[in-house]
Amino acid sequence: MAKLDTPALEQSFLNNHGKNPIRAWLFSTDHKRIGILYLLSIGFFFLVGGLLGGLMRIELIAPGETIMDPQTYNGVFTVHGLIMIFLVVIPGLSAVFGNFFLPILIGARDVAFPKLNLLSWWLYIFGAILAISSQFLGSGAPDTGWTFYAPYSTETGSNVVLAVFSAFVLGFSSILTGLNFIVTVHRMRAPGMTWFKMPLFPWSLYATAWIQVLATPIVGVTFLMIVAERLFQIGFFDPSLGGDPLLYQHLFWIYSHPAVYIMILPAMGVVTEIIPTFAKKHIFGYKAIALSSLAIAAVGYFVWGHHMYTAGMSGTARWFFSFLTFIVAVPSAIKVFNWVATMHKGSITVRTPFLYTLAFIFLFMIGGLTGLWLGALATNVHLHDTAFVVAHFHYIIFGGMGFAFFAGLHYWYPKMFGKMYDEKLANVAFVIIFIGFNLLYFPLFIIGMQGMPRRYADYLPEYTGGHFWSTMGAIVLITGALLMIYNLIIRTRKKGTPAEMNPWGGKSLEWTLESPPKEHNFDEIPTITENPYNY
Amino acid sequence: MAHSNPLLEHRDDEGAKIGMWIFIFTEILLFGGLFLVYAVFRNQYSEDFHTAAFELNAFVGTLNTVILLCSSATVAMSITAVLKKDRKTAMILLGITLVLALVFMVNKYFEWSHKIHEGIYPGSELMADLERGELLFFSLYYFMTGLHALHILIGMTILTVILFKVRNGSVNDDKIVLLENGGLYWHLVDLIWIFLFPLLYLIT
Repeated sequence: MAKLDTPALEQSFLNNHGKNPIRAWLFSTDHKRIGILYLLSIGFFFLVGGLLGGLMRIELIAPGETIMDPQTYNGVFTVHGLIMIFLVVIPGLSAVFGNFFLPILIGARDVAFPKLNLLSWWLYIFGAILAISSQFLGSGAPDTGWTFYAPYSTETGSNVVLAVFSAFVLGFSSILTGLNFIVTVHRMRAPGMTWFKMPLFPWSLYATAWIQVLATPIVGVTFLMIVAERLFQIGFFDPSLGGDPLLYQHLFWIYSHPAVYIMILPAMGVVTEIIPTFAKKHIFGYKAIALSSLAIAAVGYFVWGHHMYTAGMSGTARWFFSFLTFIVAVPSAIKVFNWVATMHKGSITVRTPFLYTLAFIFLFMIGGLTGLWLGALATNVHLHDTAFVVAHFHYIIFGGMGFAFFAGLHYWYPKMFGKMYDEKLANVAFVIIFIGFNLLYFPLFIIGMQGMPRRYADYLPEYTGGHFWSTMGAIVLITGALLMIYNLIIRTRKKGTPAEMNPWGGKSLEWTLESPPKEHNFDEIPTITENPYNY
Repeated sequence: MAHSNPLLEHRDDEGAKIGMWIFIFTEILLFGGLFLVYAVFRNQYSEDFHTAAFELNAFVGTLNTVILLCSSATVAMSITAVLKKDRKTAMILLGITLVLALVFMVNKYFEWSHKIHEGIYPGSELMADLERGELLFFSLYYFMTGLHALHILIGMTILTVILFKVRNGSVNDDKIVLLENGGLYWHLVDLIWIFLFPLLYLIT
């Protein structure tokens, strides 16, 4: 920690070290500290995953072998997916900002089960260690892709068991976080805070938590089946042992499609907090936003088949899943409409978090609409397993969830650390990241439509242009991300100014606390009388 | 820091129970994935499942069902005993529960080793010659009862910890939520068996 130069810092949760500072952090049950532990670990894995992604882009800069052979490439995209999905975006917003701000936003002193919360983080770290070691131990890095499709995952010689087991452990961690948040929202809201006086970020976390609890066990047992198949030859998926590979795909996507909403719902929640603060206007359609989160969580369960149109399902099943896929787009569109309507005639101040939020809406719309191309049966047959799919989900996951994460980070940074970063530099980093992102992923839409398959280490010369620009975009994006990290960590530590209590003029409860908050958040639990967005 | 910590004073038994119920829900879904696999394959190979189910010993299955039902009853009774401040009876009842669980596991051990002795186990030569559906039935049998047995072991660990807490008085008639949650978990383990038993042993 930098020099303690303000009374707020002196009394804050950051400053209580006890006798052993490392112990005081690693075994703290304070939800704020656990949030920061998640922030640091997720940030680290984001860099590792990003580095692997960068290596893939360099390999693809020109046709033929550039820096790695195809088998290494298979390993690298598997690890990239494993790290980014299970270690970064699934815990992502809910573990970092959910942990830190859920109790504060509902006027509580901690989550319902603080010890369980700490256990979640330790399970996360344990799972992360397993995931990383699967790359080095045993018979070579897993090469199945993060989906572990059977029967390849039950036959390949690479170290699948450890990787799959790590995903199981991480799933368990995610279940415990979800369980904790559900009980917290039910039991710990401040007096007077009825369901419809609750801020919308907690609403989205609540919907997310239900998905975490209801969907994760299915993939958990599916992963156990893969382990059993490899270790004990209990073959539910391998045809030579009597099983059915298609069954694996169903069981996998029953979880892994809702998992997309585990990623995006908290992101939508963060954006919903930020927009009214900078538009200085009551959120438009409060109830519609709250309930659309639940609608997404509910309908999101029944669309998994759209990952499997070409895998061999009946025609009826296909149109059914396609229809529901279009239905699930509606509540997302409701949210976008409400965000834009909130800005309409507001007195907008454009600050760094707001820039990221605008970028989120733009990128999320591209990602969402291309999702409908993929959800439609006829276009899907053409686009299935092409780079178009890669571009689509990176627009949703990185452009959506990632940009919302950056927005939340810049929005709540002064509250979390009690320091204000250099906003000009933050804006420069934003512009570089935004340009780099689009340059990286947009060409993939085009070459995907022209027929470039995903997950290939090599390609025909006609795709060279698209791949070249995409790699350039990756370089720009990484530069911007490093600048952002430099600004938030190194520069702010040296030159950051003490943050005010309420730097953006927000109305929700976190802005009534010191920056950074005290260990027990509220000296006196507030009584809530009005909606959180009364500007 | 020397201020009184309001975080430590927080206690919410109702919340703890809600948490346990949600956790039980996730456990049911975990087995739900297996029930789904069972349903799919049963539908596809009903003839083979019919033949294979005859191989299982319905007597041992019934015996184990009775044992688990009794153990659920003793756990429930131990809660009443703690509420009546009868610590000794509570400890005896929890002890009986643990013994019954152990008997269940011993039966399971003999059942499995008998099957393995006959050459019916995943990866055996005999299994490879079976009909596809029979192969899947036995794979499901081992996976489902194996995962269930794992839950019995976890439940036994939990109940042992609680037994010691009843003994040293940290679980008492005022602070009973831990025992209640442990009991809930034990009922869950029982409940899953109630579904496994007919699916594997009775429906032929």
